[in-house]
Amino acid sequence: MSALTQNVLWRGTARVMGLVGIRGRTLVIAVPMLWLLLFFLVPFVVLGRISLAEPMIARPPYSPLWERGPDGSLQIIASLENYRFLLSDALYRNAYLSSIRIAVVSTVFALLIGYPIAYFIARSPEPRRSVLLLMVILPFWTSFLLRVYAWMGFLRREGVINNTLVGLGVIDEPLVLMQTDLAVYIGIVYTYLPFMILPLYANLVKLDSALLEAAGDLGASPMVTFFTVTLPLSLPGIVAGSMLVFIPAIGEYVIPALLGGPDTLMIGRVLWDEFFSSRDWPVASAVAIVMLFLVVAPIMWLQSVQNRRALD
Amino acid sequence: MQNRFVTAAVAAIVASAGAAQAQTINVYNWSDYIAPDTIERFTEETGIEVNYDVFDSNDTLEARMLAGSSGFDVVVPTADFLQRQIAAGVYQPLNKDLLPNLEHMDPQLMELAANFDPGNEHSVIYLWGTTGIGYNVDAVAERMGDDYEVNTWDIIFDPEVAAQFEDCGIAWLDAPTELLPPALNYLGLDPNSTDPDDFEAAGELLNGVRDTVRYFHSSQYISDLANGEICLAVGWSGDVLQAADRAAEADAGVEVGYSIPNEGAHLWFDMLAIPADAPNPEAAHEFINFLMEPEIAADIVNYVMFPNANASSTEFIDEEVLNDPTIYPTEEAKEGFWTLRPYDSRTDRVVTRLWTRVRTGQ
Repeated sequence: MSALTQNVLWRGTARVMGLVGIRGRTLVIAVPMLWLLLFFLVPFVVLGRISLAEPMIARPPYSPLWERGPDGSLQIIASLENYRFLLSDALYRNAYLSSIRIAVVSTVFALLIGYPIAYFIARSPEPRRSVLLLMVILPFWTSFLLRVYAWMGFLRREGVINNTLVGLGVIDEPLVLMQTDLAVYIGIVYTYLPFMILPLYANLVKLDSALLEAAGDLGASPMVTFFTVTLPLSLPGIVAGSMLVFIPAIGEYVIPALLGGPDTLMIGRVLWDEFFSSRDWPVASAVAIVMLFLVVAPIMWLQSVQNRRALD
Repeated sequence: MQNRFVTAAVAAIVASAGAAQAQTINVYNWSDYIAPDTIERFTEETGIEVNYDVFDSNDTLEARMLAGSSGFDVVVPTADFLQRQIAAGVYQPLNKDLLPNLEHMDPQLMELAANFDPGNEHSVIYLWGTTGIGYNVDAVAERMGDDYEVNTWDIIFDPEVAAQFEDCGIAWLDAPTELLPPALNYLGLDPNSTDPDDFEAAGELLNGVRDTVRYFHSSQYISDLANGEICLAVGWSGDVLQAADRAAEADAGVEVGYSIPNEGAHLWFDMLAIPADAPNPEAAHEFINFLMEPEIAADIVNYVMFPNANASSTEFIDEEVLNDPTIYPTEEAKEGFWTLRPYDSRTDRVVTRLWTRVRTGQ
């Protein structure tokens, strides 16, 4: 197709849409809206509807939303029983709390480890940066599952860590590392570290070095400069990185399932169990909806804080 | 140019016709539950390609079956689960004209299976077995003395005995129907009881020893027993025996044993069935029929060490497998065995809650 015909076609389409009242702006907004509608709102409504049903051994495994009564009248069957159940059973409350705890601790460790790395990369000379960044991204070329299995090889009773420590005579008996909370923390921090490093790097690399020089000229020690200039300026990077680690970590299923023990309570695992072990779709749906609110709430709060700051 | 285009078009048409001819079936079976060459031989003989996928819990299978449109042509539920899934309309009746090898099946065992599937209308026995205790022979001798014989559920359910194995690792199957009934039986109650008081007592027993459990998982224990990662497991007979085999092969000083406790054990049947919405039911019948070929059936038993219900296959089964009482239990042992009746919806919910509580320690 020549550039001319393409141009004509494009203008023609634009004119037709203009006649019907669709403007470019509407179109641009419509795409993400349609995306949200299809992949967020619709599944959300389906989940909401299942969460009001009762479980059954049938196909599908929950009660229908309405039924014809004996007199032919339509009866709607819906109850908040499943939500009441979530509140009454300590398991779910503890699972939510423990998920949040694990996600927060993992995020803090990812930040403590990720910040110096991001800082180092950002301060490296230009040609070396891309190599260093590549090293951060490189593990992504292997399957995530394989990398978690590799950790199992390290942490096992007869694994690399135990064999080394016993071989060096540091310990007599192998340590129990697998199926512990520690293993879950290691797994999460390891897996999500790049999500912390990349936004931090993107932020730190833009930092104007003249500001640091100015601070130095005014007599601030490197330490003081870091805490009064670099750190506050990198706050957006810290927030972005922390969100990118915290949100997937809170709903994590694979890592606690493979590395965690029976005591490692995480909501992602409880959710899986509700679907596949208890086959209780209604309660599982209720758990998912509550979790959604738990994850969305901090984002909304953050958004509003940022908006307020932007206004100031 | 024109010519090359025509050639390409013809090639495309031929290719698509070929694809239509090559049939495919999707099989969903338990992990470590078939001989390594069975699928290959089936494809060689029939030209039907097999996509083979595995699970390690009846609950997972049931969740996928009840969701519908699973795309599977052959699945392998345990008989008590099969029974209620049949009631939910999950499976299609078998066309016995397409299964001439049914004549090889042991009528006595098929009769037992008919308790779950009246008239064997929907299913054929694939393999059967028991749920017992797998143990590390040296670890047991070290802790309990050389003369101690693992032959009772004490080692799992008595907190004092189980506590001695906590440091070297105990694994339980992640399946309420494999732990709750033996707990009931251990307390002298009916393993099939649905009485809430009985459940409470059994729950208390399980909760009293759950802290000795390293993890709850239904397939991981095979390799972990074999390499000494854990030393006790409540597991399925053939799986523990496969662990014993792997340990012997690795020759790293780990010896694994399997015990059917004297108090009794769960006797179960895993059944071949075809989902009602199977995309390719005819090929599925062909696959099931193939699995009932005496030599094929014997090969599977020799490899997975779970017994089958194929009377004609016995002559092809290794002598040591046939004479192993942990694989083919003695008549005496069989007296203590129980089979399970499926729970109704309400009891099912009570049981899964109880199990969640035991597993998570909440």
